Amino acid sequence: MKPGPTLVLDELELDALTELVNLGISQSAISLAEMVRDEVTLSVPNVALVSRDEAIRTLGEREAKNLVAVHQVFEGDITGRALLIFPEARSLELVRAVIGGSLSIEEIIELEQEALAETGNIILNGCLATMANQLHRSLKISLPEILHGEGKEFFNLAPPPDPGDVVMFIYINFAVRNSDIQGYIAMLLDMPSIAALKALLVEYISRVAGESPA
Amino acid sequence: MPYKILIVDDSKLARMAVTKALNVLHPDWVRLEAASADEALAAVKKEHPDIALVDFNMPGGNGLDLAAAFRESNPRMPVAVVSANRQREIVSRARTIGAAFLNKPLTEEDLDAFLKAAVQSLTKARS
Repeated sequence: MKPGPTLVLDELELDALTELVNLGISQSAISLAEMVRDEVTLSVPNVALVSRDEAIRTLGEREAKNLVAVHQVFEGDITGRALLIFPEARSLELVRAVIGGSLSIEEIIELEQEALAETGNIILNGCLATMANQLHRSLKISLPEILHGEGKEFFNLAPPPDPGDVVMFIYINFAVRNSDIQGYIAMLLDMPSIAALKALLVEYISRVAGESPA
Repeated sequence: MPYKILIVDDSKLARMAVTKALNVLHPDWVRLEAASADEALAAVKKEHPDIALVDFNMPGGNGLDLAAAFRESNPRMPVAVVSANRQREIVSRARTIGAAFLNKPLTEEDLDAFLKAAVQSLTKARS
């Protein structure tokens, strides 16, 4: 029987991945705090590896249909797509929190795309770059692109994904200037990339904790 | 003299990384581990560690609050908050409660410097 995505990594490898995501998110929080000149809390309560269908189902069950995503493609030893996803209804609130000040609704709408792209770029880059550095690899990361739609559209972008694709699904809490916004980071990886990630995690564990590869 | 050190982190890997560094720096010290704030509070009550290292970002508990609780119950206990999130506000809150702030990933050099200062402060308190 083919193992499910949660079985692809063992407990310690998933722990290491969560730790790497936390390091990355912390770096993103520092960069965002510098940008907004205020304290930013970014926390990751949970990291899970799920199938693409499960990611679509989870988003469909938990969130309204209208979502907004900042999308970036990354390439290297691990290749895939990273998406920062928020309910569209919270997107203006996020922009208002990031920009700050007393802007009119027209001004916020005007700045929405740019502010979302910049915020997403900082969060996703902080996460991806820190993970790549810790794993002693480099990643080429594309410019951010804003998408509007449903989860199934975000996870079926061209070129068509493989049926065996795995989604690293990261729940994030984002708080700045009295706004508290929940969202998701999803990293869509194909099977060769998951295998490469697993090998890099084994090396990483051995390096930082002296655990011999199993 | 050997001390008792409590390592609080929800990540097993992070605890293993600290253990690896301690094995080099102070192999004779007694290590206690806790994966949550509740476990850490229970360990403090039962085992009375001399020094504590506390992860900042843990599910169900903020490391700063836990460090503050440790300092309140034992003001002489050297405590370090460990985090990759070195925002000024967080570093400054750690200092306000009398805790050190150490960057994550924790390097052997930073841990060594904190432990040297901790030993000095404990020795002074006992003399």
